[in-house]
Amino acid sequence: MRHIPQRGATPVMTTRLTILAAIGEVAAEQSKTLAPLSDDLPLMETGLDSLCFAILVARLEDALGTDPFTAAGDGRLPSTVGELIAFYDNALV
Amino acid sequence: MAASGRGRRVATRDFALELDRFADSGSLGDGLARLEGRSVLLAVGDMAKAAAALIELDGVARQIVLCPPGAGADSLAALARAAAADALVHDADAPAPQIDITTRVACRLPLAALAAPRAARFVTEWAMPTSGTSGPPKLVAHTLATLTAAFHPVAGQRWATFYDIRRYGGLQILLRALLGAESLTLGDPNDGVDAFLVRLGEAGATHISGTPSHWRKVLMSGEARRIAPQRVRLSGEIADDATLAGLRALYPNAHVEHAYASTEAGVAFVVCDGRAGFPASIVDERGEVALRVVEGVLRVRSNRAALRYLGADAPALKDCDGFVDTGDVVERRGDRYLFVGRRGGIINVGGAKVHPEEVEAALNAHKAVRASRVFARKSPITGALVAAEIVLRDGAAADEATKRDILAACRAALPAYKAPSFLRFVAELPMTDGGKVARHG
Repeated sequence: MRHIPQRGATPVMTTRLTILAAIGEVAAEQSKTLAPLSDDLPLMETGLDSLCFAILVARLEDALGTDPFTAAGDGRLPSTVGELIAFYDNALV
Repeated sequence: MAASGRGRRVATRDFALELDRFADSGSLGDGLARLEGRSVLLAVGDMAKAAAALIELDGVARQIVLCPPGAGADSLAALARAAAADALVHDADAPAPQIDITTRVACRLPLAALAAPRAARFVTEWAMPTSGTSGPPKLVAHTLATLTAAFHPVAGQRWATFYDIRRYGGLQILLRALLGAESLTLGDPNDGVDAFLVRLGEAGATHISGTPSHWRKVLMSGEARRIAPQRVRLSGEIADDATLAGLRALYPNAHVEHAYASTEAGVAFVVCDGRAGFPASIVDERGEVALRVVEGVLRVRSNRAALRYLGADAPALKDCDGFVDTGDVVERRGDRYLFVGRRGGIINVGGAKVHPEEVEAALNAHKAVRASRVFARKSPITGALVAAEIVLRDGAAADEATKRDILAACRAALPAYKAPSFLRFVAELPMTDGGKVARHG
């Protein structure tokens, strides 16, 4: 996890909290039961379906100003919760 | 066309056409004789001139090409090409359009006395663009017979319309006026709904026509009680239950009806039972109007339909049985069909199809919502997600609590992928010139 704050960028800890909070909100709105979240939990086992995931990505775009999935190109896509958070961290640098 | 009758008039905000004057006066002067037998592009700046020119050209021109208001030089050129127009009627008070047509006649108001009576020799074709939202509009040909086949004129009606008479919906109302109504009151592009309602009240309008979007603006207007209509007519967009109920409550003495019509198919039917959609029992092939549902899309065959599309690459308007494909998707629920949207407007959420109109109907049913527009938001995960803009009713708070309440109601009424995932409050919705919610952008 990076600890180098960039001038004007969102501090790393807030990105994690933003993402975890958004996951919780989307799960609640869509009446999904969330599995206990940990960095190594595969995204497919969180309890979120593809619709939830799509909404999450769009909400994070509105909150953080970036959509790394659209920008992804040939890069590896995240498969765990921790990789998802890192995915956004890297995009916000 | 005979447009006679003492005291009958067509009134815009700034001008009143007295219909009995057309017996010996006109707006085109001696120039009308040069238009005989020609395909005439009608491109004038306001509805009073358009109405006058239509009255005079019918029977004299072989074809009239109605240009919609605000058509630019490119649009006019395209219309002229498709219709093989060889003459132009333009506005005497505006710069002449930049278009390659040499036979030109200026249209001027007030009416001036004619040197000789008009000779009406032709069954004139009336060509007009469709209101299609995808791609450039296509031109269809009607005649007075197809345009008026749906009428049963009754005396004493004072008509009004929000529409522009240069489009099919407004033209229907103009023709009603010319064929026997007592008067017609038209709007002005620079007036808002409030000012128009005041004028309608002064004119004592009894029969008023507009799109559901026009009528929703009336429901929001402080001047809504200036009018006391006998008949409230909606057409051009899906009339949802919430709007119909709102109008019945506002005008309890009025008959509220919604007409299903298009420029191509004509007026197919009118629903008077106050509910959205139409009874399944009318889908048959008896009578003047035959209806079919083919792969979920409504088709119409009738004597009100246009004759054909115009233009070099024009597609066929009718199938081999003479039916026009309306492009409107319908869904059967019990003894009723509901309109669920346009075939081309579908939002694809991870492979599941969503019609914006059915989501709008669910949103409009919420007590805080006056009007809504549903559209696609791109998603790298599912392709698209459903998003919505809401115009709130007076008194509803534009806050998070209202948002959550509206979204929760949608999730209860619709499958998860159809309920909007995003919602924002707006002061008004973007509208097309034809008075319908603008869906692109």
